[in-house]
Amino acid sequence: MDLDFTAAEDAFRAEARAWLAAQVPPAPLPSLETAEGFAAHREWERTLFADRWSVVSWPEEYGGRGASILQWLIFEEEYYAAGAPGRVSQNGINLLAPTLFEHGTQEQRARILPPMASGEAIWAQAWSEPESGSDLASLRSTAARTDGGWLLNGQKTWSSRAAFADRAFGLFRSDQDGLATGKPHRGLTYLMFPLDADGVTVRPIGRLDGKPAFAELFLSDVFVPDQDVIGEPGQGWRVAMSTAGNERGLTLRSPGRFTAAAERLTALWRDHADPADTALRDRVADAVIRARAYQLFTYANASRIAAGSAIGAESSLNKVYWSELDIALHETALDLLGPYGELSDEAEEAPAHGSWSEGYTFSLAGPIYAGTNEIQRDIIAERLLGLPKGRQ
Amino acid sequence: MRFLLDDEQRDFARSLDAMLTAADTPAVVRAWAAGDTAPARAVWARLAEAGVFALAVPERHDGIGSLPTELAVAFNELGRHAVPGPVVETVAAAALLDRLGTLGDEAAAATWLPGIASGKTAASLCLISGPGAGSGSGPASGSGFGFGFGESPYALDADSADAVFVVDGDTVRLTEVAGPVQPSADPARRLSRPLGGTVLARGPRVSAAAAHAAEVAALATAAQALGLGRALLARTVAYARQRTQFGVPIGSFQAVKHRLADALIALEFAEPLVHAAALALAANAESSGAEIAAAKVSACEAACSAARTALHLHGALGYTEEPDLSLWIRKARALRGAWGTPAACRARVLAP
Repeated sequence: MDLDFTAAEDAFRAEARAWLAAQVPPAPLPSLETAEGFAAHREWERTLFADRWSVVSWPEEYGGRGASILQWLIFEEEYYAAGAPGRVSQNGINLLAPTLFEHGTQEQRARILPPMASGEAIWAQAWSEPESGSDLASLRSTAARTDGGWLLNGQKTWSSRAAFADRAFGLFRSDQDGLATGKPHRGLTYLMFPLDADGVTVRPIGRLDGKPAFAELFLSDVFVPDQDVIGEPGQGWRVAMSTAGNERGLTLRSPGRFTAAAERLTALWRDHADPADTALRDRVADAVIRARAYQLFTYANASRIAAGSAIGAESSLNKVYWSELDIALHETALDLLGPYGELSDEAEEAPAHGSWSEGYTFSLAGPIYAGTNEIQRDIIAERLLGLPKGRQ
Repeated sequence: MRFLLDDEQRDFARSLDAMLTAADTPAVVRAWAAGDTAPARAVWARLAEAGVFALAVPERHDGIGSLPTELAVAFNELGRHAVPGPVVETVAAAALLDRLGTLGDEAAAATWLPGIASGKTAASLCLISGPGAGSGSGPASGSGFGFGFGESPYALDADSADAVFVVDGDTVRLTEVAGPVQPSADPARRLSRPLGGTVLARGPRVSAAAAHAAEVAALATAAQALGLGRALLARTVAYARQRTQFGVPIGSFQAVKHRLADALIALEFAEPLVHAAALALAANAESSGAEIAAAKVSACEAACSAARTALHLHGALGYTEEPDLSLWIRKARALRGAWGTPAACRARVLAP
């Protein structure tokens, strides 16, 4: 048992650190949930891609470096420690790309992945519907067969990044039998479509701080060619769920994000906190401890994967842990900031360019998306502890 | 990097688990609580035979250590089975004597370490005012009542231990007399004040050795708490699957499931902290103090919350002394304060 990095891994870390030190913008970019910030973050993706840092874990032919999971974790640690911008391409890179690697065709990978890696095409997700949130399989938007493809109809919502993104991916009902026979997971198809296609209306939705971080999508006879179906028609649920563990578990929120935030919180505490306030000290210590625990837990998971094991329901442990840590850490920071804690990230005098305030708003969504924490706890209880099914 | 226990470490855990399962530890705990030490000393001898105490003793004193990772593996199993006696204190005393030896006081090490390794000697250790003494063990670094990290006026099981070591400031004494037993909330823990004794060593090296011993004790306690919490969770999951109300197992109710899921989450994320702390101690890393403190507070809080969940989900049964579960529930609370309170641990995590 060890926590040692190889010389090659150390060299990789040094290379990433040096590149980031030279390239990370000195002042934070405007929020990526604004038109101006979205464009700036897209430009940053191009910068990352130019030196092959945008998708390090992908094969070289698609713009990556073929990095191992451990190298990817190292990159993420360095990335967030350097204070680098948020990743506007995250939905595509972390959610759609793993699905394409597992279920896509060679043609789809060659056509879709390089522009995703460069930020030329930014992807939004189209899962939830007004009546289908946690119970996603009950979704009702349809994909109907037409000459050479499919016609999409219906409504999607809470579509992250869709206000400014280029394309979207999601699930549609291509066969009504499943719904009628009480097997709603059947008859779903995984499709991709452009957000500027005929028949698509995008209505941005302001999140809690008013920024249009997500959108509603209204679809009316939107044509999607056959080449933009992933996997077999009707098999969409299986295709989508095979990589859901990626989102909840390893790739959505890497430990580096939290270890870096905990370090910044510790520095803030050392510089500004009242040393007699041991209640606050304990909360700062907890943020440090929990970020370290998440990092170590992830190292153990990476070791398991390297040893040939798959991570399944265990990813639900991660999702609950990081999402609650994220809120606790940012709440502690806002409390520490005293009268500055209530300033919006747009306030000129907001400390750290508003990053604590912005981070807090961002963290509040964590327990809801990618499967609510209630769903995750059900999964943990039923699949990891072996408790009987049932949700009374 | 391979941050996973290796096959040999897993086999070691499995064999201890099997041995302790066969030893019927609840009966051993009840005997110990009643003052009958014989059954526990029989278990002690078998643990020694398996090499548990030798893990804390270097080869030059007939041990096989020190091996902190293996020690953590072993104490996880001791906690899982709620083994009574001064197990933590014995390996911490070994750490104290070993460190004193490497700093120049070989006589005490040579006198006591071979017996600890072989299981002949059950030792206790108490830091009356330990490493932080005189350097401001106030609210920022301490555990309340003026005690610093790992400090306590009581030695565990001093009434039955073969050797009781007491660190008071920069002096270590061997005591032979203990005050009256002060019952602990955990019936398996017999606390008393060590009295008088002869001076074994004095000076800065005592403080250094005591700081090391406190770290080993905190690590062993963390590992013990982790095993304790795992046992509490496993028993409670089994109960929730079998106990029916309203015609269904109570484990099918979401409110019950989510409490159990939270108990698992806390234990799962405390475990790698314990393993990393053991690695830091083995490497003599500068970060070991903070890593051990993080492991101690996380494992003990996870065990305590598993105990609260166990108590609650067993209903009135969980609030009853007779079931064996009560032995685990009460130990969880006691371990939380031993060898580093939550506040002292958190202060240490942020110590510059």
